[in-house]
Amino acid sequence: MMFGFELNMSYVLIVPVVAGAMGFALALVWWERRILGFWQDRLGPNRVGPFGILQALADMIKLMFKDDWLPPFGDRFFFVLAPIVVAGSMLLAYVVVPFSPGWVIADSNIAILWFLAMSSLAVYGVLLAGLASNNKYSLLGGLRAAAQMVTYEVFMGLSLLGVVIHAGTFSLSGIVEAQAEGLWFCIPQALGLVIFFIAGLAESHRLPFDLPEAEHELTAGFHTEYSGMKFGVIMAGEYVAMILTSCLTVLLFFGGWLGTPEGWGLDWVHPIVWFGVKVAVVINFFILLRAAIPRPRYDQLMARGWKILLPLSLVNILATGAIRLATV
Amino acid sequence: MLSQIRTLWTVLSHTFKRNETVQYPEEMPYQAPRYRGRIILTRDPDGEERCVACNLCAVACPVDCIALQKTEREEDGRWYPEFFRINFSRCIMCGMCEEACPTYAIQLTPDFELCEYERSNMVYEKEHLLIQGTGKYPDYSFWQVAGKTIEGKGKGEAQQEQSPSDPRSNLP
Repeated sequence: MMFGFELNMSYVLIVPVVAGAMGFALALVWWERRILGFWQDRLGPNRVGPFGILQALADMIKLMFKDDWLPPFGDRFFFVLAPIVVAGSMLLAYVVVPFSPGWVIADSNIAILWFLAMSSLAVYGVLLAGLASNNKYSLLGGLRAAAQMVTYEVFMGLSLLGVVIHAGTFSLSGIVEAQAEGLWFCIPQALGLVIFFIAGLAESHRLPFDLPEAEHELTAGFHTEYSGMKFGVIMAGEYVAMILTSCLTVLLFFGGWLGTPEGWGLDWVHPIVWFGVKVAVVINFFILLRAAIPRPRYDQLMARGWKILLPLSLVNILATGAIRLATV
Repeated sequence: MLSQIRTLWTVLSHTFKRNETVQYPEEMPYQAPRYRGRIILTRDPDGEERCVACNLCAVACPVDCIALQKTEREEDGRWYPEFFRINFSRCIMCGMCEEACPTYAIQLTPDFELCEYERSNMVYEKEHLLIQGTGKYPDYSFWQVAGKTIEGKGKGEAQQEQSPSDPRSNLP
């Protein structure tokens, strides 16, 4: 087939995957505020509905009824296009994510490359948003986003190559199955995991690396001029990206849907549950980083990227390759 | 690097800490008895108004939110305010009026919930301010301490007061 996709139960899964990703992104907005509250000895939103879970719904209603303002000084076409690119590219990346054996829209043999391509496309969304707003804060935010995401993309790809060398495939299902035989790749590829996670953090511009937004310096950075549901779509895209990065981390390094070894009496647990639990842990770690780690300066961010993480990921590939050659 | 990991651990450990939030309308915060909130006018142990309309509170008030007018009661000569008005939209709850008051009449209470939909409702008249009790000083009765003559208490009959001396006599 074209691009090496094999469509199995694909079309049936598209709607639940998109709805699930958006729904979890929505719920995550509430959960993040709630857990941040707990970590700061507060309660967080607890008024709307049980435990405040309907807060997400209330926020969405608010966003929908807000004035959807187009800046008259901006570039209207790209201004409207940008949120679609941000959210669309991230949703497209879910095409290759296997949630459970066979539960995948397209079990591609180039799944990792597809994910990397889509996360590079998301840069355009942020960049266009910054540029089309025609506003100095937005422009600076877009500028930072472009440099940051291009930088961190370089070794995001490189850090995954260690896993690919171990598994011998670009297919995500193949990588998970390769982990069933031996250790999960978080042990042999610990360095790759750290680098991938940092890069994923920078790619989804989540809080320690939210320099494109940097509300203390740039108001709201690249989405300063956005309001109403366009802002909502950008936010949703960000949370979808966070879930995606968590899914990828779990699939590549923590054995995806694999549970405990056989004989522990937990074989009756459905693989999707293992996957969900692992993803939830990684997402909470994302939020913990937001709660605990301050934002680096911009030059520190770039210097750490190029001078430390890039050489480290290259060393990782070299070492993994050498070990692989020596043992096989 | 190590400090960042320690930070992560510290923040994570707060998952199990008690949170500081007081869920206000359902859960009232503790108000100290001397909290400075809504102002009241109290009565002495006999049930009469303590306020003698001396105007010291109005003078002490830094935002001029107190207005009153003195008048005298015909039957016993006690002074009392004809009207007593506090504009709570101006009041800053500083408590200067309470400090200035020589008769413990004006007192601040721990009640701080003073919201109104109309600003004019923030102006309290005497009937709104006056309470039935004595407030913080249950035994104090100004007219029984002060030297001024009123009906039923002549010169030298107040508490801790000596009867007036006769200037024409040499006797001690």
